[in-house]
Amino acid sequence: MDEKKTAWERLALVHTKGRPTVKDLIPLIFTDFFEMHGDRYYGDDHAIMGGIAMLDGRPVTVIGQVKGRDINENKACNFAMPLPEGYRKALRLAKQAEKFHRPVICFIDTPGAYAGMAAEERGQGEAIAKNIAEFMTLRTPVISIVLGEGGSGGALALGVCDELAMLENAQYSVVSPRGFASILWKDASREEEACNIMRITAEDMVRLGVAETIIEEPLGGAHNDLDKISENIKEYLSHIIPEKCEKDIDVLLKERYTKFRKIGEFTE
Amino acid sequence: MGERFDNFFDVVKKRFNGYNDEDDHDSVKCPRCQSLVLRERFEELHRVCPNCNYHGRISAQERLEITVDKDSFSELDSEMISCDPIDFPEYPEKQQELRDKTGLKDAVVTGTARIKGIETVIGIMDSRYMMGSMGSVVGEKIARAFEYASDHSLPVILFTCSGGARMQEGIVSLMQMAKTSGAVKLHSDKGGLYITVLTDPTTGGVTASFASLGDIIIAEPKVLIGFAGRRVIESTMRQRLPEDFQLAEFMQDKGFVDMIVDRKKMRNTLAHLLELHGHAPKEV
Repeated sequence: MDEKKTAWERLALVHTKGRPTVKDLIPLIFTDFFEMHGDRYYGDDHAIMGGIAMLDGRPVTVIGQVKGRDINENKACNFAMPLPEGYRKALRLAKQAEKFHRPVICFIDTPGAYAGMAAEERGQGEAIAKNIAEFMTLRTPVISIVLGEGGSGGALALGVCDELAMLENAQYSVVSPRGFASILWKDASREEEACNIMRITAEDMVRLGVAETIIEEPLGGAHNDLDKISENIKEYLSHIIPEKCEKDIDVLLKERYTKFRKIGEFTE
Repeated sequence: MGERFDNFFDVVKKRFNGYNDEDDHDSVKCPRCQSLVLRERFEELHRVCPNCNYHGRISAQERLEITVDKDSFSELDSEMISCDPIDFPEYPEKQQELRDKTGLKDAVVTGTARIKGIETVIGIMDSRYMMGSMGSVVGEKIARAFEYASDHSLPVILFTCSGGARMQEGIVSLMQMAKTSGAVKLHSDKGGLYITVLTDPTTGGVTASFASLGDIIIAEPKVLIGFAGRRVIESTMRQRLPEDFQLAEFMQDKGFVDMIVDRKKMRNTLAHLLELHGHAPKEV
């Protein structure tokens, strides 16, 4: 692992062309992936994909935010910025997983939920809130992995889980560094400075109790060796999924709530 | 002559600035209908515009006074203050300054109170404290309010107003969305009632967590409710949004608000709704 990279240098890696997306990774980590479409209310959002697959002979539900590998793919998936129907599709699939006792694996990779008129009209806030609340008590194990960007509430909507793993160079933040600079300093050009003080790296997440595990990337970043990064993710899942599946579900839910319940720093 | 005009423009400029508590002039401008209202009249109406009925921002203290029975409020976690989880420059100083200025400890006040004799847990956010943003203290106090309510079989009423997550606490503030929503869910699963009152403005991470999870969602007239900010949306869409976009009435039309209730009718409405859920006035 390369500990010396700054958050800003890691952000550049996350934005490197060829950084593996969920579409690259699913076929290498799972077998028999069947994609499912639609939220059953309004439409099918292409910024979130999901379905059923096999992991080591065990059926699992896979949900992930989709980044494009080129401009056409990015247009199709709206640059991984989901609409409310994307979050509602994710929840539908999670509920389906709960019914059929399948663990849920979420891949987070979004700059944030889409900010647009249609998203507001269809209740972006409500959709995210509902996912957060429902995942908290979903009676099946949930593991989330941040692949690249974990941006804001749009990431957290797939991030209420029993354990959160971060790829080594991935980031998780309350808002993008650019947004942070423009909100706090009214100056988006101070993005780099924001990036480096926001505490958004994988190590920061472990230190702050947000993430439990860091998945090592190949030398120079995940884009350098797709097979290797897939293998590392699979190795992690092959160990964590059986561990969580063996746990009594009520104990697991209590631990899930406690994980989030204890994050925060205050005195009284 | 120049001096005289400068002076004149200053006066005009002052008058047309959006109103806030620091304004010392004698009239305020409604941010919705732009009409000028005498400050005295505006205060008398508990900060409601007499022209368009926009319900302005009021302090947690004033909200308590007009909502709950006299002397019935008992505050929970009154001494809780935030630390500095990501060592953000000048955050502790900024907080101290606001505590001194507002008398608040953070952006929410929680406690138990009676409304027309009915016991309830109540939480009121205050926009004067860092725009009502949610960090560790807001998250913790709201989670505890729900846990207290569950333990004592009480309903919860929250008056929300917030610019969203508190940037200065970084990822820790984002996680408060999970903490609060989780606490709402557990309260709800035990059959507990939760009424949200959306006040001006309710946006960002608060909209995307506990504010949207009420069994009943009430809004005050003409308040701003949304996830993303209007300016952000306008810049992504490169077009002007309709005037009423993200106002309470618009959000009700889109299906996200049960009822829009005037401030002067709020206390009665809340008491009625509590009674409809089997919460009766307590003998005093």
